[in-house]
Amino acid sequence: MTDNMIEISGLTKTFGTFQALKGIDMIIPKGSVFGFVGPNGAGKSTTMSIIATLMLPTEGTVKVDGLDVTEHPHEVRKKIGYMPDFFGVYDQLKTEEYLHFYGGSYGIPRKEREQLIPQLLELVNLSDKKDAYVDSLSRGMKQRLCLARCLVHDPELLILDEPASGLDPRARIEMREILKELKSMGKTIIISSHILPELAEMVDEIGVIEHGNMIAVGNINLIQQQLMAKRQLTIKTSGRQEELKQFLLDQPLVHGVFIDGAKLEVQFSGQDAEQAALLKHILLADYEVISYQEQQTDLEDIFLAITKGGGAEQ
Amino acid sequence: MSKLQPLQSVKQFFMNPVIDKEYRLRMRTSRSMWTLLAYLIAMGLFSGVIFSIVGIDMRNSIYSSGFTGIAFIVLSFAQLGLIAFMSPGLTAGVISSEREKQTLNLLLTTQQTSFTIIVSKLIASISFMLLIVFSTLPLYGIVFLYGGISPGQLLSVFAFFIFNMLVFGAFGVLFSTIFKRTMIAVIVTYGVVLFMFVGTGIIYLLFSFGYNSYGFSGNNPANDSWILHFLAINPGFALYSVLDGGDWYMSLARSSRASKTFFDHVPFWLEYVIFYTAILVLAIYGAIRNLRPVSRKKQGV
Repeated sequence: MTDNMIEISGLTKTFGTFQALKGIDMIIPKGSVFGFVGPNGAGKSTTMSIIATLMLPTEGTVKVDGLDVTEHPHEVRKKIGYMPDFFGVYDQLKTEEYLHFYGGSYGIPRKEREQLIPQLLELVNLSDKKDAYVDSLSRGMKQRLCLARCLVHDPELLILDEPASGLDPRARIEMREILKELKSMGKTIIISSHILPELAEMVDEIGVIEHGNMIAVGNINLIQQQLMAKRQLTIKTSGRQEELKQFLLDQPLVHGVFIDGAKLEVQFSGQDAEQAALLKHILLADYEVISYQEQQTDLEDIFLAITKGGGAEQ
Repeated sequence: MSKLQPLQSVKQFFMNPVIDKEYRLRMRTSRSMWTLLAYLIAMGLFSGVIFSIVGIDMRNSIYSSGFTGIAFIVLSFAQLGLIAFMSPGLTAGVISSEREKQTLNLLLTTQQTSFTIIVSKLIASISFMLLIVFSTLPLYGIVFLYGGISPGQLLSVFAFFIFNMLVFGAFGVLFSTIFKRTMIAVIVTYGVVLFMFVGTGIIYLLFSFGYNSYGFSGNNPANDSWILHFLAINPGFALYSVLDGGDWYMSLARSSRASKTFFDHVPFWLEYVIFYTAILVLAIYGAIRNLRPVSRKKQGV
């Protein structure tokens, strides 16, 4: 129908006098993984609930594959697999029965389910737990089972609200591996988290939300490049740090130098080519460089840089 | 083929995953077994007392159908009381407990319509009530030993029980969608059921007391027989009407009021059924509308 899986325009949600969303606009292309980043209470879950047809927007439109979520909720539900941040399970059901129930609820015939469910259990590494009562599963297993539940009707869009919250590091890694596999299957995924490093590896685009305002949205590399207009370089030398500091300050594109023992922290606004040229200059000036590296900017840095002051007004 | 299609649709509905899941969850808990046991013990004890009274009389007259009739009536009232007591507990948590357990949102994002979810949950709860009530049939069987009760009477009483289960259950499901806390939904449902049993009776008594003692209307007494309609919507009185085949309604038909309504000419139990069928439909409709806020705006699915 359209190249975009999600189109949100002017989305506002008000609870009484509290404005949870303040006119959000965003577009998520099909097949991409969108990281929804923001602190607790920023409006991530509200946005996801509206996309999942669980909540009515106060203003604005939300379209999933061209379908308005308020006008065609039944059709939209066919296209989405929703995993809320907090969810319960039916404790008297076995793992396989649990998936049969949701499969049936999506109108999948029993015969098809008989073939599908073992595959899903294998995908989420729960094949050996098919006869276990859901209540007896660990938190990580329940999270994976819920993910399998999301996939039971083969949705085009996965809405995953904090899928790794409360998981131990091992379970988190397992979850990340499954999500990578889903990405390779071409699913469009919206994934929210306030634990940023877990998103960094898999997302194509990010949206940063704070106090109901979308303060940055777009390709993660572009946002990273914009922020990297000011890089921080760390140079370790065998000596002559004060001398090197003066030398660096005389160079164009260097905005500041701080000495930290044997290391120099350099504020630099050039790109890769200028960065290489600077190293060449230092070496030609006969300084003994032990290491020369750019400090890595991760998603956490992006988030901190963007949210610093932005969208802070209530 | 086409004649079978509606039947297949009904069969398909009753085999839907929500009903299937509700049955599994309900029957896998020990609570269900204990509930059934407690109900049978209560009814058994009650029947024991009633039949022992009947038994005393039996020494004098073996075919004392009057006493067996009384035993049947008392047993039926006890059954109605227990149904009224149990139905809110079984139905008022069907949605709110899913909300509390955080499973509701998962269910609401499936393809199941609000109608299917609400009606399936109501049916599943009523089915359990039916199981309990039908398990008391052997107690009614004892009444047959004494004679004096026809199978038709028994069937009509059980049909009345089923109707009441649906009514009490519909209130329970409605309040379960309105209130987020199961406890509040249960309390409000009990309040409504209590009003049906006691409130309507009190209103009737207040009106009739005022009318009898102080010439409430200043009219001919027969003109105020409309007060009896308050009795008609009382489950206890309606049951009495079913059991007795009661002629009380004739007092309405006989009243000298110029403007008589349809309800002045029908038995009380029928007035009860018509009135509460309307309420039942409204309650289920309300529950369906409340379940998904999104569907309010457009499609109602």
